Amino acid sequence: MATPATYHWPDARGHFGPYGGLFVPETLMRPLDELTRAYERYLQDPEFLAELDLDLRDYVGRPSPIYHAERWSRELGGAQIFLKREDLNHTGAHKVNNTIGQALLAKRMGKTRIIAETGAGQHGVASATVAARLGLECVVYMGEIDVARQEANVYRMRLLGAEVVSVKSGSRTLKDALNEAMRDWVTNVDNTFYIIGTVAGPHPYPAMVRDFQAVVGREARAQMLERLGRLPDTLVACVGGGSNAIGLFYPFIDDAGVELIGVEAAGEGLASGHHAAPLCAGRPGVLHGSRTYLMEDSDGQIIETHSISAGLDYPGVGPEHAWLKDSGRARYVAVTDEEALAAFHTLTRTEGIIPALESSHALAQVVKLAPTMRRDQAILVNLSGRGDKDMHTVAAREGLTL
Amino acid sequence: MSRIAGRFADLAARGRTALIPFVTAGDPDLATTVPLMHAMVASGADLIELGVPFSDPMADGPVIQRASERALAHHTRLRDVLDLVSRFRERDPVTPVILMGYLNPIEILGYAAFADQARAAGVDGILVVDAPPEESGELVTCLHQAGIDLVYLLAPTSDETRIRTIGAVASGFVYYVSVKGVTGAGHLDLTAVDAKVAEIRHLIDLPVGVGFGIKDAETAGQVARLADAVIVGSAIVGRIEALTMKPELIPAAIGDFLAGLRAAIDASDRSGRS
Repeated sequence: MATPATYHWPDARGHFGPYGGLFVPETLMRPLDELTRAYERYLQDPEFLAELDLDLRDYVGRPSPIYHAERWSRELGGAQIFLKREDLNHTGAHKVNNTIGQALLAKRMGKTRIIAETGAGQHGVASATVAARLGLECVVYMGEIDVARQEANVYRMRLLGAEVVSVKSGSRTLKDALNEAMRDWVTNVDNTFYIIGTVAGPHPYPAMVRDFQAVVGREARAQMLERLGRLPDTLVACVGGGSNAIGLFYPFIDDAGVELIGVEAAGEGLASGHHAAPLCAGRPGVLHGSRTYLMEDSDGQIIETHSISAGLDYPGVGPEHAWLKDSGRARYVAVTDEEALAAFHTLTRTEGIIPALESSHALAQVVKLAPTMRRDQAILVNLSGRGDKDMHTVAAREGLTL
Repeated sequence: MSRIAGRFADLAARGRTALIPFVTAGDPDLATTVPLMHAMVASGADLIELGVPFSDPMADGPVIQRASERALAHHTRLRDVLDLVSRFRERDPVTPVILMGYLNPIEILGYAAFADQARAAGVDGILVVDAPPEESGELVTCLHQAGIDLVYLLAPTSDETRIRTIGAVASGFVYYVSVKGVTGAGHLDLTAVDAKVAEIRHLIDLPVGVGFGIKDAETAGQVARLADAVIVGSAIVGRIEALTMKPELIPAAIGDFLAGLRAAIDASDRSGRS
């Protein structure tokens, strides 16, 4: 796979500057080493890559198109807005790019059982989907609160043959699902492959998930060059763990003229404390196997996060984002639940595209940004998922029960 | 010689296997922990592992997770845990105390500040579950300067290379995790444990403790035959959980349970030498 010429992170031990690394219990050290070797081997293996490409084309539906949101661009009265349509992928989001890759790796490594954690349920659905196709046993861990607010996705996973385990410990959201998946992996490490859904966790996951998601940015870069004859001025993507953002940003990292903006969930506002914006309002620490920015109290305990979007409701963030922030290559901002909801409705009514609440955070930043730019400038947004899964959440916000 | 090394040397001279109980500091409340530590020593504990509560204990099973949640419900902080050790030291200057927990609370305090405060409190060793040797170079330096041992886990998945890597930085003793799994996990395969402990002894010149999955006097006695220390956590914490509404009964109840483990270990030590 093509990599940027001047950017070489992570180092051999999985560090992005001071971030990343391998902060796990001893039992997982050797399995992670085996995974690192398998990932490094197969990402150079033409046969593996050919199988991956074929699956991405015929099963996922890649390449996903770039759509020029002309009407919305006109209404905002500034830059031209282009959407990378990851919402059109099979299973409805970018998540499947990564699960396809990791499941093929699991098969190569002889694992018969896969486990996954999920917040909004998109990664769980994508994992259950590839497990069904490859005939692998699949267990998905999901916080009890997320099970309640994403019941349609829970049902989809069960239809696909996965066991969904409702996690009742801690804050009962994504971080606790990740803890529980780690515990499962420690216990069943011989036959089990843990498919982490984002660019977080111990090395090699942040690098491996980035490499599987980088297809988004590679396609988008070529598509923009073909469409405009030049690169976009600004990329915008939402950041929970940050896989869709890294997938888009990574192939543009050497393009110094392209601004990279990651959008975190400000929840009820950064000042309220009820948010999920570790890069904007947290500080570095160690959680889930890597050093990165976290939402934590003064004693190093992880604090509960809030976002209307289950997929962004996570107190950490991929370590590469921490590094891109500190190094200044990317800029991170946050938008509130209200702003994201407004953008959700605007895109739906203006372009006939119902975005996921996660992606709506990126769109809300575009609402602020586009009018400050010239009409001959271009913003490329990762429309990372579709909003079908969020119907209940949005309706409930308006006092409706579906 | 550190208090931990001294204690193991003394036990070895007497042909005695160490009993190391684990309890979570502040579970169910701060007032219970110090009397509980003294009761455990009186019932035959040779060293004590004190858990530092953490919000995301990813290597722990449900029993110790709930202990962490109970301790955090009334905001037990790392500095409270150090304060408990200071108070324990007022009456017990000899029993080694090892803090066991996760890296983030230490990371936030700062490694050097933590090492200083832990030494001042009378802490002898630290076991950080999620800080393997590859990531703990700076922590090792700070702790060694403070004269505190860094205890490492070894697992069934640790191969010869990893055992050597850990042997190069560990001090005090090493803790062999007897099963693939979280704390409190299921079945102990004594034959496999015996083989792995022999491999570790061959590669590392430190006492070997065995823990995870030791539930009762019978398994404690069996493990005592192959290890230098028997480490018991979830079986104790589960008994504490049953008494959270009557915390004043906890020290005596845990003391009784440990006395049973102690007797089984002593019997094993006697038969092992005959």
